Amino acid sequence: MLELTDICKAFDKNTINEKVALDHVSLSLESGDFVTLVGSNGAGKSTLLNAVAGMFLLDYGRIMLDGSDITHLSEHQRAAYIGRVFQDPLTGTAPQMTVEENLVMAWKRGQRRRLRKAICLQERSFFREQLATLGLGLEERLTTKVGLLSGGQRQALTLLMATLRKPQLLLLDEHIASLDPHTADLVMDLTCRIVKEQQLTAVMVTHNLEQALAAGTRTVMMHEGRVVLDIRGAERKCMNVLDLMQLFEENSGTTLNSDRVLLAQ
Amino acid sequence: MLYALAGTLEQGLLFALMVLGVYLTFRVLDYADLTVDGSFTTGGAIAASIIFAGGSPWLATAAAVVGGLFAGMFTGLLHTVFKITPLLSGILTMTALYSVNLRILGRANVPLLRADTVITKFNSWLPLDSIYGATLLGLLIVVLVVAGLYLFLKTEVGLALQATGDNEQMIRAQGVNTNHMKLLGLAISNGLVAFSGALVAQNQQFADAGMGIGMIVAGLASVIIGEAIFGRRTILQQIIAVVCGSVIYRAVLALVLRLGLAPTDFKLLTALIVVAALASPQVRNWLGKGRTAERSGLDA
Repeated sequence: MLELTDICKAFDKNTINEKVALDHVSLSLESGDFVTLVGSNGAGKSTLLNAVAGMFLLDYGRIMLDGSDITHLSEHQRAAYIGRVFQDPLTGTAPQMTVEENLVMAWKRGQRRRLRKAICLQERSFFREQLATLGLGLEERLTTKVGLLSGGQRQALTLLMATLRKPQLLLLDEHIASLDPHTADLVMDLTCRIVKEQQLTAVMVTHNLEQALAAGTRTVMMHEGRVVLDIRGAERKCMNVLDLMQLFEENSGTTLNSDRVLLAQ
Repeated sequence: MLYALAGTLEQGLLFALMVLGVYLTFRVLDYADLTVDGSFTTGGAIAASIIFAGGSPWLATAAAVVGGLFAGMFTGLLHTVFKITPLLSGILTMTALYSVNLRILGRANVPLLRADTVITKFNSWLPLDSIYGATLLGLLIVVLVVAGLYLFLKTEVGLALQATGDNEQMIRAQGVNTNHMKLLGLAISNGLVAFSGALVAQNQQFADAGMGIGMIVAGLASVIIGEAIFGRRTILQQIIAVVCGSVIYRAVLALVLRLGLAPTDFKLLTALIVVAALASPQVRNWLGKGRTAERSGLDA
Protein backbone atom coordinates (compact mmCIF):
# COMPACT_ATOMS: atom_id res chain seq x y z
CA MET A 1 0.00 0.00 0.00
CA LEU A 2 2.40 2.70 1.24
CA GLU A 3 6.02 1.73 0.90
CA LEU A 4 8.77 4.00 2.26
CA THR A 5 12.20 2.75 1.29
CA ASP A 6 15.29 4.14 2.97
CA ILE A 7 14.10 7.75 3.00
CA CYS A 8 16.43 10.51 4.21
CA LYS A 9 15.95 14.19 4.79
CA ALA A 10 18.24 16.75 6.40
CA PHE A 11 17.37 20.40 6.91
CA ASP A 12 19.89 23.29 6.72
CA LYS A 13 22.31 20.95 5.02
CA ASN A 14 26.04 21.78 5.16
CA THR A 15 25.51 24.43 7.81
CA ILE A 16 26.28 24.38 11.50
CA ASN A 17 22.55 23.94 12.11
CA GLU A 18 22.27 20.79 10.01
CA LYS A 19 19.52 18.60 11.37
CA VAL A 20 18.93 15.09 10.15
CA ALA A 21 15.16 14.75 10.41
CA LEU A 22 14.75 11.42 8.66
CA ASP A 23 17.59 8.94 8.82
CA HIS A 24 17.11 6.01 6.41
CA VAL A 25 13.52 5.34 7.36
CA SER A 26 11.82 2.32 5.85
CA LEU A 27 8.21 1.56 6.61
CA SER A 28 5.61 -0.52 4.88
CA LEU A 29 1.86 -0.13 5.39
CA GLU A 30 -0.72 -2.76 4.45
CA SER A 31 -4.04 -1.71 3.07
CA GLY A 32 -6.35 -0.99 6.02
CA ASP A 33 -3.54 -0.29 8.49
CA PHE A 34 -4.31 2.51 10.93
CA VAL A 35 -0.88 3.48 12.26
CA THR A 36 -0.43 5.66 15.32
CA LEU A 37 2.95 7.35 15.12
CA VAL A 38 4.59 8.40 18.39
CA GLY A 39 7.97 9.64 19.52
CA SER A 40 9.78 12.33 21.45
CA ASN A 41 10.01 15.95 20.34
CA GLY A 42 11.98 16.31 17.14
CA ALA A 43 11.87 12.58 16.43
CA GLY A 44 10.75 13.20 12.86
CA LYS A 45 7.09 12.20 13.11
CA SER A 46 5.67 15.27 11.40
CA THR A 47 8.59 15.34 8.97
CA LEU A 48 7.73 11.79 7.95
CA LEU A 49 4.12 12.78 7.32
CA ASN A 50 5.18 15.88 5.40
CA ALA A 51 7.56 13.79 3.31
CA VAL A 52 4.71 11.51 2.31
CA ALA A 53 2.45 14.50 1.62
CA GLY A 54 5.14 16.00 -0.61
CA MET A 55 5.79 19.25 1.22
CA PHE A 56 9.48 18.85 0.33
CA LEU A 57 11.48 16.48 -1.83
CA LEU A 58 13.63 13.78 -0.26
CA ASP A 59 17.42 13.73 -0.14
CA TYR A 60 17.36 9.99 -0.69
CA GLY A 61 14.92 7.12 -0.86
CA ARG A 62 11.66 6.20 -2.51
CA ILE A 63 7.94 6.49 -1.73
CA MET A 64 5.51 4.11 -3.38
CA LEU A 65 1.75 4.45 -2.98
CA ASP A 66 -0.50 1.68 -4.28
CA GLY A 67 2.22 0.47 -6.62
CA SER A 68 3.05 3.81 -8.19
CA ASP A 69 6.16 5.84 -7.46
CA ILE A 70 5.19 9.22 -5.97
CA THR A 71 8.70 10.22 -4.84
CA HIS A 72 8.96 13.04 -7.35
CA LEU A 73 5.35 14.19 -7.47
CA SER A 74 4.59 17.64 -6.11
CA GLU A 75 2.33 18.25 -3.13
CA HIS A 76 -0.76 19.11 -5.18
CA GLN A 77 -0.30 16.09 -7.44
CA ARG A 78 -0.13 13.73 -4.46
CA ALA A 79 -3.25 15.34 -3.02
CA ALA A 80 -5.23 13.31 -5.55
CA TYR A 81 -4.47 10.20 -3.45
CA ILE A 82 -3.93 11.63 0.02
CA GLY A 83 -6.32 13.27 2.48
CA ARG A 84 -4.79 15.38 5.22
CA VAL A 85 -5.75 16.95 8.55
CA PHE A 86 -3.29 19.34 10.17
CA GLN A 87 -2.36 20.13 13.75
CA ASP A 88 -3.58 23.72 13.48
CA PRO A 89 -7.37 23.74 12.95
CA LEU A 90 -6.94 26.90 10.86
CA THR A 91 -4.73 25.22 8.26
CA GLY A 92 -7.22 22.85 6.69
CA THR A 93 -10.02 25.24 5.71
CA ALA A 94 -10.41 28.57 3.91
CA PRO A 95 -11.82 31.04 6.49
CA GLN A 96 -13.30 33.64 4.11
CA MET A 97 -15.23 31.00 2.20
CA THR A 98 -18.42 29.23 3.20
CA VAL A 99 -18.80 25.71 4.56
CA GLU A 100 -20.27 24.46 1.28
CA GLU A 101 -17.56 26.15 -0.79
CA ASN A 102 -14.89 24.46 1.31
CA LEU A 103 -16.65 21.13 0.88
CA VAL A 104 -17.01 21.45 -2.88
CA MET A 105 -13.30 22.24 -3.20
CA ALA A 106 -12.55 19.08 -1.23
CA TRP A 107 -15.05 17.10 -3.29
CA LYS A 108 -13.03 18.06 -6.38
CA ARG A 109 -9.78 16.79 -4.87
CA GLY A 110 -8.01 14.81 -7.57
CA GLN A 111 -10.72 15.70 -10.10
CA ARG A 112 -10.50 18.10 -12.99
CA ARG A 113 -11.72 21.56 -11.99
CA ARG A 114 -13.82 23.11 -14.71
CA LEU A 115 -15.40 26.43 -15.57
CA ARG A 116 -18.73 25.21 -14.30
CA LYS A 117 -20.91 26.51 -11.50
CA ALA A 118 -19.41 24.82 -8.47
CA ILE A 119 -22.43 24.31 -6.23
CA CYS A 120 -25.84 23.14 -7.44
CA LEU A 121 -28.81 21.68 -5.55
CA GLN A 122 -27.45 18.17 -5.89
CA GLU A 123 -24.13 18.98 -4.23
CA ARG A 124 -25.88 20.96 -1.55
CA SER A 125 -28.08 18.08 -0.41
CA PHE A 126 -25.12 15.69 -0.54
CA PHE A 127 -23.08 18.03 1.67
CA ARG A 128 -25.96 18.49 4.08
CA GLU A 129 -26.21 14.73 4.43
CA GLN A 130 -22.47 14.36 5.01
CA LEU A 131 -22.33 17.21 7.54
CA ALA A 132 -25.17 15.67 9.49
CA THR A 133 -22.99 12.61 10.16
CA LEU A 134 -20.63 14.84 12.18
CA GLY A 135 -23.41 15.59 14.66
CA LEU A 136 -22.32 19.20 15.12
CA GLY A 137 -25.29 20.90 13.50
CA LEU A 138 -23.13 22.16 10.65
CA GLU A 139 -25.71 20.93 8.11
CA GLU A 140 -27.72 24.05 9.00
CA ARG A 141 -24.78 26.36 8.38
CA LEU A 142 -23.83 25.60 4.77
CA THR A 143 -23.48 29.26 3.85
CA THR A 144 -21.66 30.34 7.00
CA LYS A 145 -18.10 31.52 6.51
CA VAL A 146 -15.76 28.93 7.97
CA GLY A 147 -13.83 31.61 9.85
CA LEU A 148 -16.85 31.99 12.14
CA LEU A 149 -16.72 28.35 13.29
CA SER A 150 -14.88 27.14 16.38
CA GLY A 151 -11.56 25.30 16.19
CA GLY A 152 -13.23 21.97 16.88
CA GLN A 153 -15.88 22.53 14.22
CA ARG A 154 -13.20 23.51 11.73
CA GLN A 155 -11.16 20.43 12.51
CA ALA A 156 -14.19 18.16 12.15
CA LEU A 157 -14.94 19.87 8.84
CA THR A 158 -11.33 19.37 7.71
CA LEU A 159 -11.62 15.70 8.59
CA LEU A 160 -14.80 15.42 6.55
CA MET A 161 -13.13 17.26 3.66
CA ALA A 162 -10.15 14.91 3.75
CA THR A 163 -12.38 11.86 3.51
CA LEU A 164 -15.32 13.19 1.47
CA ARG A 165 -13.81 11.61 -1.58
CA LYS A 166 -12.20 8.43 -0.28
CA PRO A 167 -8.42 8.92 -0.13
CA GLN A 168 -6.00 6.04 -0.62
CA LEU A 169 -4.15 7.34 2.40
CA LEU A 170 -5.24 9.58 5.28
CA LEU A 171 -2.58 11.60 7.10
CA LEU A 172 -3.45 13.05 10.52
CA ASP A 173 -0.78 15.30 12.00
CA GLU A 174 -1.56 15.66 15.74
CA HIS A 175 -4.96 16.78 14.57
CA ILE A 176 -6.56 16.86 18.01
CA ALA A 177 -3.57 18.24 19.95
CA SER A 178 -4.73 21.85 19.94
CA LEU A 179 -8.39 21.19 20.79
CA ASP A 180 -9.92 21.29 24.25
CA PRO A 181 -10.29 17.82 25.85
CA HIS A 182 -14.01 17.47 25.15
CA THR A 183 -13.72 18.50 21.49
CA ALA A 184 -10.60 16.40 21.12
CA ASP A 185 -12.52 13.30 22.21
CA LEU A 186 -15.29 14.15 19.80
CA VAL A 187 -12.96 14.58 16.82
CA MET A 188 -11.04 11.45 17.79
CA ASP A 189 -14.26 9.40 17.87
CA LEU A 190 -15.20 10.79 14.48
CA THR A 191 -11.77 9.88 13.14
CA CYS A 192 -11.99 6.29 14.31
CA ARG A 193 -15.52 5.96 12.95
CA ILE A 194 -14.67 7.35 9.51
CA VAL A 195 -11.50 5.28 9.19
CA LYS A 196 -13.45 2.16 10.13
CA GLU A 197 -16.47 2.86 7.93
CA GLN A 198 -14.45 3.68 4.84
CA GLN A 199 -11.77 1.08 5.66
CA LEU A 200 -9.09 3.71 5.18
CA THR A 201 -5.36 3.33 5.43
CA ALA A 202 -4.24 6.03 7.83
CA VAL A 203 -1.28 7.41 9.72
CA MET A 204 -1.94 9.48 12.83
CA VAL A 205 0.79 11.38 14.66
CA THR A 206 0.06 11.75 18.36
CA HIS A 207 1.96 12.52 21.54
CA ASN A 208 -0.51 10.74 23.74
CA LEU A 209 0.77 7.19 24.33
CA GLU A 210 -2.50 6.00 25.78
CA GLN A 211 -4.33 7.16 22.71
CA ALA A 212 -1.63 5.68 20.48
CA LEU A 213 -2.42 2.26 21.90
CA ALA A 214 -6.19 2.73 22.14
CA ALA A 215 -6.77 3.91 18.60
CA GLY A 216 -5.63 2.32 15.39
CA THR A 217 -4.28 -1.12 14.55
CA ARG A 218 -0.56 -0.55 14.72
CA THR A 219 1.86 1.70 16.63
CA VAL A 220 5.16 2.97 15.28
CA MET A 221 7.63 4.84 17.46
CA MET A 222 10.35 7.14 16.15
CA HIS A 223 13.49 8.52 17.72
CA GLU A 224 16.06 10.85 16.19
CA GLY A 225 14.80 10.30 12.68
CA ARG A 226 14.63 6.55 12.86
CA VAL A 227 11.90 3.99 13.49
CA VAL A 228 12.73 2.29 16.78
CA LEU A 229 9.56 0.36 17.44
CA ASP A 230 6.80 -1.15 15.36
CA ILE A 231 4.15 -3.18 17.13
CA ARG A 232 0.79 -4.60 16.08
CA GLY A 233 -1.64 -7.45 16.62
CA ALA A 234 -1.65 -9.46 19.83
CA GLU A 235 1.61 -7.97 21.06
CA ARG A 236 0.10 -4.49 20.87
CA LYS A 237 -3.20 -5.54 22.36
CA CYS A 238 -1.81 -6.60 25.72
CA MET A 239 0.51 -3.62 26.06
CA ASN A 240 0.04 -0.64 28.33
CA VAL A 241 1.74 2.75 28.38
CA LEU A 242 4.46 1.64 30.81
CA ASP A 243 5.34 -1.37 28.66
CA LEU A 244 5.54 0.92 25.67
CA MET A 245 7.87 3.34 27.44
CA GLN A 246 10.07 0.53 28.65
CA LEU A 247 10.27 -0.98 25.18
CA PHE A 248 11.16 2.41 23.82
CA GLU A 249 14.01 2.77 26.31
CA GLU A 250 15.38 -0.64 25.39
CA ASN A 251 15.29 0.10 21.70
CA SER A 252 16.51 3.68 21.65
CA GLY A 253 18.93 3.62 24.58
CA THR A 254 17.36 6.76 26.06
CA THR A 255 14.27 7.69 27.99
CA LEU A 256 11.36 9.46 26.37
CA ASN A 257 12.21 13.14 26.60
CA SER A 258 9.00 14.76 25.50
CA ASP A 259 7.29 16.91 28.10
CA ARG A 260 4.06 16.44 26.32
CA VAL A 261 4.40 12.64 26.35
CA LEU A 262 4.97 12.72 30.11
CA LEU A 263 2.23 15.24 30.74
CA ALA A 264 -0.15 13.13 28.74
CA GLN A 265 0.17 10.29 31.27
CA MET B 1 -23.32 70.63 -12.24
CA LEU B 2 -25.15 67.80 -13.97
CA TYR B 3 -22.46 67.84 -16.58
CA ALA B 4 -19.79 67.52 -13.89
CA LEU B 5 -21.66 64.59 -12.32
CA ALA B 6 -21.94 62.85 -15.67
CA GLY B 7 -18.22 63.38 -16.20
CA THR B 8 -17.46 61.83 -12.82
CA LEU B 9 -19.68 58.85 -13.55
CA GLU B 10 -18.01 58.37 -16.92
CA GLN B 11 -14.52 58.48 -15.41
CA GLY B 12 -15.55 56.24 -12.54
CA LEU B 13 -16.95 53.59 -14.86
CA LEU B 14 -14.01 53.56 -17.27
CA PHE B 15 -11.56 53.28 -14.36
CA ALA B 16 -13.78 50.71 -12.61
CA LEU B 17 -12.37 47.97 -14.84
CA MET B 18 -8.90 48.80 -13.54
CA VAL B 19 -10.25 48.82 -9.97
CA LEU B 20 -11.82 45.38 -10.52
CA GLY B 21 -8.41 44.16 -11.64
CA VAL B 22 -6.79 45.56 -8.51
CA TYR B 23 -9.56 44.00 -6.41
CA LEU B 24 -8.88 40.60 -7.98
CA THR B 25 -5.20 40.59 -7.02
CA PHE B 26 -5.25 42.67 -3.83
CA ARG B 27 -8.33 41.15 -2.19
CA VAL B 28 -9.09 37.82 -3.85
CA LEU B 29 -5.54 36.63 -4.48
CA ASP B 30 -4.02 38.55 -1.54
CA TYR B 31 -1.20 39.65 -3.86
CA ALA B 32 -0.05 43.29 -3.90
CA ASP B 33 0.53 43.54 -7.65
CA LEU B 34 2.30 46.70 -8.79
CA THR B 35 2.28 45.65 -12.46
CA VAL B 36 -0.86 47.80 -12.74
CA ASP B 37 1.01 51.09 -13.27
CA GLY B 38 2.70 49.56 -16.30
CA SER B 39 -0.09 47.42 -17.72
CA PHE B 40 -2.60 50.29 -17.65
CA THR B 41 -0.31 52.27 -19.95
CA THR B 42 0.34 49.14 -22.05
CA GLY B 43 -3.41 48.88 -22.66
CA GLY B 44 -3.63 52.54 -23.64
CA ALA B 45 -0.50 52.36 -25.79
CA ILE B 46 -1.53 49.25 -27.72
CA ALA B 47 -5.03 50.57 -28.39
CA ALA B 48 -3.81 54.05 -29.37
CA SER B 49 -1.09 52.90 -31.71
CA ILE B 50 -3.34 50.43 -33.53
CA ILE B 51 -6.07 53.07 -33.92
CA PHE B 52 -3.48 55.67 -34.94
CA ALA B 53 -2.26 53.28 -37.64
CA GLY B 54 -5.83 53.02 -38.93
CA GLY B 55 -6.84 49.72 -37.32
CA SER B 56 -10.31 48.88 -36.01
CA PRO B 57 -10.86 50.32 -32.51
CA TRP B 58 -12.60 47.10 -31.39
CA LEU B 59 -9.63 45.06 -32.51
CA ALA B 60 -7.30 47.59 -30.89
CA THR B 61 -9.13 47.26 -27.57
CA ALA B 62 -9.05 43.47 -27.76
CA ALA B 63 -5.31 43.58 -28.50
CA ALA B 64 -4.83 45.83 -25.46
CA VAL B 65 -6.54 43.25 -23.23
CA VAL B 66 -4.28 40.51 -24.59
CA GLY B 67 -1.25 42.71 -23.91
CA GLY B 68 -2.41 43.11 -20.30
CA LEU B 69 -2.88 39.35 -19.94
CA PHE B 70 0.73 38.80 -20.97
CA ALA B 71 2.02 41.53 -18.64
CA GLY B 72 0.23 39.86 -15.72
CA MET B 73 1.55 36.46 -16.70
CA PHE B 74 5.08 37.82 -16.82
CA THR B 75 4.78 39.07 -13.24
CA GLY B 76 3.29 35.71 -12.27
CA LEU B 77 6.16 33.80 -13.84
CA LEU B 78 8.73 35.95 -12.02
CA HIS B 79 6.99 35.08 -8.77
CA THR B 80 6.13 31.42 -9.28
CA VAL B 81 9.15 30.21 -11.27
CA PHE B 82 11.93 32.32 -9.79
CA LYS B 83 10.34 32.82 -6.34
CA ILE B 84 10.75 36.60 -6.49
CA THR B 85 8.54 38.30 -3.89
CA PRO B 86 5.13 39.52 -5.14
CA LEU B 87 6.03 43.17 -4.54
CA LEU B 88 9.35 43.00 -6.34
CA SER B 89 8.10 40.93 -9.29
CA GLY B 90 5.41 43.55 -9.89
CA ILE B 91 7.90 46.40 -9.67
CA LEU B 92 10.24 44.65 -12.11
CA THR B 93 7.49 44.13 -14.69
CA MET B 94 6.24 47.68 -14.21
CA THR B 95 9.73 49.07 -14.81
CA ALA B 96 10.32 46.86 -17.83
CA LEU B 97 6.92 47.85 -19.23
CA TYR B 98 7.87 51.52 -19.17
CA SER B 99 10.37 50.87 -21.95
CA VAL B 100 8.05 48.46 -23.73
CA ASN B 101 5.26 51.03 -23.66
CA LEU B 102 7.51 53.68 -25.20
CA ARG B 103 8.40 51.20 -27.95
CA ILE B 104 4.73 50.52 -28.60
CA LEU B 105 3.89 54.21 -28.70
CA GLY B 106 6.99 55.07 -30.73
CA ARG B 107 7.12 58.45 -28.98
CA ALA B 108 6.05 60.03 -25.70
CA ASN B 109 2.40 60.36 -26.69
CA VAL B 110 0.01 59.39 -29.48
CA PRO B 111 -2.99 61.67 -30.16
CA LEU B 112 -6.32 60.22 -31.29
CA LEU B 113 -8.11 63.42 -32.26
CA ARG B 114 -10.72 62.79 -34.95
CA ALA B 115 -9.75 59.11 -35.04
CA ASP B 116 -12.42 56.43 -34.86
CA THR B 117 -12.53 55.02 -31.31
CA VAL B 118 -14.91 52.53 -29.67
CA ILE B 119 -16.60 55.56 -28.13
CA THR B 120 -17.22 57.41 -31.40
CA LYS B 121 -18.40 54.13 -32.96
CA PHE B 122 -20.77 53.53 -30.05
CA ASN B 123 -22.00 57.12 -30.26
CA SER B 124 -22.86 56.70 -33.92
CA TRP B 125 -25.32 53.90 -32.96
CA LEU B 126 -27.00 56.00 -30.30
CA PRO B 127 -30.01 58.19 -30.93
CA LEU B 128 -29.04 60.12 -27.79
CA ASP B 129 -26.86 63.11 -27.18
CA SER B 130 -23.31 61.99 -27.83
CA ILE B 131 -21.87 63.37 -24.58
CA TYR B 132 -23.31 60.37 -22.69
CA GLY B 133 -21.87 57.80 -25.09
CA ALA B 134 -18.76 57.02 -23.05
CA THR B 135 -20.82 56.72 -19.84
CA LEU B 136 -23.29 54.31 -21.43
CA LEU B 137 -20.57 52.23 -23.06
CA GLY B 138 -18.68 52.18 -19.77
CA LEU B 139 -21.80 51.10 -17.89
CA LEU B 140 -22.51 48.35 -20.40
CA ILE B 141 -18.97 46.99 -20.23
CA VAL B 142 -18.78 47.25 -16.42
CA VAL B 143 -22.10 45.38 -16.00
CA LEU B 144 -20.88 42.62 -18.31
CA VAL B 145 -17.49 42.38 -16.57
CA VAL B 146 -19.06 42.40 -13.08
CA ALA B 147 -21.42 39.58 -14.07
CA GLY B 148 -18.63 37.66 -15.76
CA LEU B 149 -16.24 38.06 -12.83
CA TYR B 150 -18.90 37.03 -10.31
CA LEU B 151 -19.90 33.94 -12.29
CA PHE B 152 -16.25 33.03 -12.81
CA LEU B 153 -15.45 33.28 -9.09
CA LYS B 154 -18.30 30.86 -8.37
CA THR B 155 -17.03 28.18 -10.76
CA GLU B 156 -14.86 25.27 -9.66
CA VAL B 157 -11.78 27.08 -10.97
CA GLY B 158 -12.93 30.38 -9.45
CA LEU B 159 -13.29 28.86 -5.99
CA ALA B 160 -9.79 27.40 -6.26
CA LEU B 161 -8.54 30.88 -7.18
CA GLN B 162 -10.27 32.41 -4.15
CA ALA B 163 -8.89 29.72 -1.87
CA THR B 164 -5.37 30.35 -3.18
CA GLY B 165 -5.63 33.85 -1.74
CA ASP B 166 -7.45 32.73 1.39
CA ASN B 167 -5.46 29.68 2.51
CA GLU B 168 -2.82 28.46 0.11
CA GLN B 169 -1.84 25.40 2.16
CA MET B 170 -5.44 24.24 2.31
CA ILE B 171 -6.11 24.38 -1.42
CA ARG B 172 -2.79 22.74 -2.26
CA ALA B 173 -3.79 19.88 0.01
CA GLN B 174 -6.96 19.65 -2.12
CA GLY B 175 -4.86 19.11 -5.23
CA VAL B 176 -4.72 22.58 -6.77
CA ASN B 177 -1.54 23.91 -8.33
CA THR B 178 -1.52 27.30 -6.64
CA ASN B 179 1.13 28.61 -9.05
CA HIS B 180 -1.32 28.15 -11.93
CA MET B 181 -4.00 29.96 -9.97
CA LYS B 182 -1.72 32.93 -9.30
CA LEU B 183 -0.77 33.10 -12.98
CA LEU B 184 -4.44 32.98 -13.96
CA GLY B 185 -5.43 35.63 -11.43
CA LEU B 186 -2.63 37.99 -12.38
CA ALA B 187 -3.35 37.55 -16.08
CA ILE B 188 -7.08 38.28 -15.72
CA SER B 189 -6.37 41.20 -13.40
CA ASN B 190 -3.91 42.90 -15.73
CA GLY B 191 -6.11 42.10 -18.72
CA LEU B 192 -8.85 44.15 -17.01
CA VAL B 193 -6.38 46.91 -16.15
CA ALA B 194 -5.21 47.13 -19.77
CA PHE B 195 -8.86 47.08 -20.93
CA SER B 196 -9.43 50.09 -18.69
CA GLY B 197 -6.31 51.78 -20.05
CA ALA B 198 -7.47 51.24 -23.62
CA LEU B 199 -10.90 52.77 -22.92
CA VAL B 200 -9.47 55.73 -20.99
CA ALA B 201 -6.99 56.50 -23.78
CA GLN B 202 -9.78 56.43 -26.36
CA ASN B 203 -12.00 58.59 -24.20
CA GLN B 204 -9.33 61.24 -23.54
CA GLN B 205 -8.19 60.88 -27.16
CA PHE B 206 -4.53 60.32 -26.48
CA ALA B 207 -2.17 57.86 -24.86
CA ASP B 208 1.09 58.79 -23.22
CA ALA B 209 3.85 56.93 -21.44
CA GLY B 210 2.94 58.41 -18.06
CA MET B 211 -0.81 57.72 -18.02
CA GLY B 212 -0.45 54.76 -15.64
CA ILE B 213 1.63 56.46 -12.95
CA GLY B 214 -0.01 56.12 -9.54
CA MET B 215 -2.72 53.86 -10.95
CA ILE B 216 -2.19 51.13 -8.36
CA VAL B 217 -2.70 53.55 -5.49
CA ALA B 218 -5.81 54.99 -7.17
CA GLY B 219 -7.06 51.41 -7.55
CA LEU B 220 -6.39 50.58 -3.91
CA ALA B 221 -8.08 53.80 -2.79
CA SER B 222 -11.18 52.91 -4.82
CA VAL B 223 -11.30 49.36 -3.45
CA ILE B 224 -10.93 50.59 0.12
CA ILE B 225 -13.50 53.38 -0.24
CA GLY B 226 -16.02 51.04 -1.87
CA GLU B 227 -15.65 48.37 0.77
CA ALA B 228 -15.81 50.86 3.62
CA ILE B 229 -19.10 52.30 2.36
CA PHE B 230 -20.86 49.30 0.84
CA GLY B 231 -19.41 46.41 2.87
CA ARG B 232 -17.70 43.19 1.93
CA ARG B 233 -19.88 40.40 3.19
CA THR B 234 -20.33 38.44 -0.02
CA ILE B 235 -18.35 38.33 -3.24
CA LEU B 236 -21.11 40.02 -5.25
CA GLN B 237 -21.47 42.76 -2.66
CA GLN B 238 -17.73 43.27 -2.73
CA ILE B 239 -17.52 43.47 -6.54
CA ILE B 240 -20.33 46.00 -6.76
CA ALA B 241 -18.90 47.95 -3.84
CA VAL B 242 -15.58 48.19 -5.62
CA VAL B 243 -17.21 49.58 -8.78
CA CYS B 244 -19.07 52.16 -6.69
CA GLY B 245 -15.80 52.91 -4.92
CA SER B 246 -14.27 53.80 -8.26
CA VAL B 247 -17.06 56.30 -9.01
CA ILE B 248 -16.89 57.81 -5.52
CA TYR B 249 -13.14 58.14 -5.74
CA ARG B 250 -13.50 60.13 -8.98
CA ALA B 251 -16.21 62.24 -7.34
CA VAL B 252 -13.91 63.05 -4.43
CA LEU B 253 -11.21 64.10 -6.87
CA ALA B 254 -13.67 66.32 -8.80
CA LEU B 255 -14.85 67.88 -5.57
CA VAL B 256 -11.34 68.62 -4.39
CA LEU B 257 -10.57 70.16 -7.76
CA ARG B 258 -13.56 72.47 -7.31
CA LEU B 259 -12.29 73.44 -3.89
CA GLY B 260 -9.24 74.86 -5.61
CA LEU B 261 -6.58 72.17 -5.48
CA ALA B 262 -4.48 71.66 -8.59
CA PRO B 263 -4.88 68.39 -10.56
CA THR B 264 -1.20 67.75 -9.84
CA ASP B 265 -2.11 67.37 -6.14
CA PHE B 266 -4.30 64.34 -6.91
CA LYS B 267 -1.62 61.75 -6.27
CA LEU B 268 -0.83 63.20 -2.85
CA LEU B 269 -4.50 63.17 -1.96
CA THR B 270 -4.91 59.60 -3.23
CA ALA B 271 -1.96 58.41 -1.19
CA LEU B 272 -3.43 60.14 1.87
CA ILE B 273 -6.77 58.37 1.37
CA VAL B 274 -5.04 54.98 1.22
CA VAL B 275 -2.85 55.79 4.23
CA ALA B 276 -5.93 56.87 6.20
CA ALA B 277 -7.77 53.67 5.33
CA LEU B 278 -4.83 51.39 6.06
CA ALA B 279 -3.92 53.23 9.26
CA SER B 280 -7.44 53.37 10.69
CA PRO B 281 -7.42 49.91 12.38
CA GLN B 282 -4.19 50.83 14.15
CA VAL B 283 -5.54 54.24 15.18
CA ARG B 284 -8.72 52.62 16.43
CA ASN B 285 -6.49 50.29 18.39
CA TRP B 286 -4.77 53.22 20.10
CA LEU B 287 -8.05 54.95 20.84
CA GLY B 288 -9.94 52.01 22.31
CA LYS B 289 -7.60 49.27 23.43
CA GLY B 290 -10.16 47.50 25.60
CA ARG B 291 -12.78 47.18 22.92
CA THR B 292 -10.49 45.85 20.20
CA ALA B 293 -8.86 43.41 22.59
CA GLU B 294 -12.28 42.02 23.32
CA ARG B 295 -13.04 41.73 19.63
CA SER B 296 -9.82 39.96 18.71
CA GLY B 297 -10.56 37.57 21.57
CA LEU B 298 -13.80 36.65 19.83
CA ASP B 299 -12.04 36.22 16.51
CA ALA B 300 -9.62 33.70 17.94
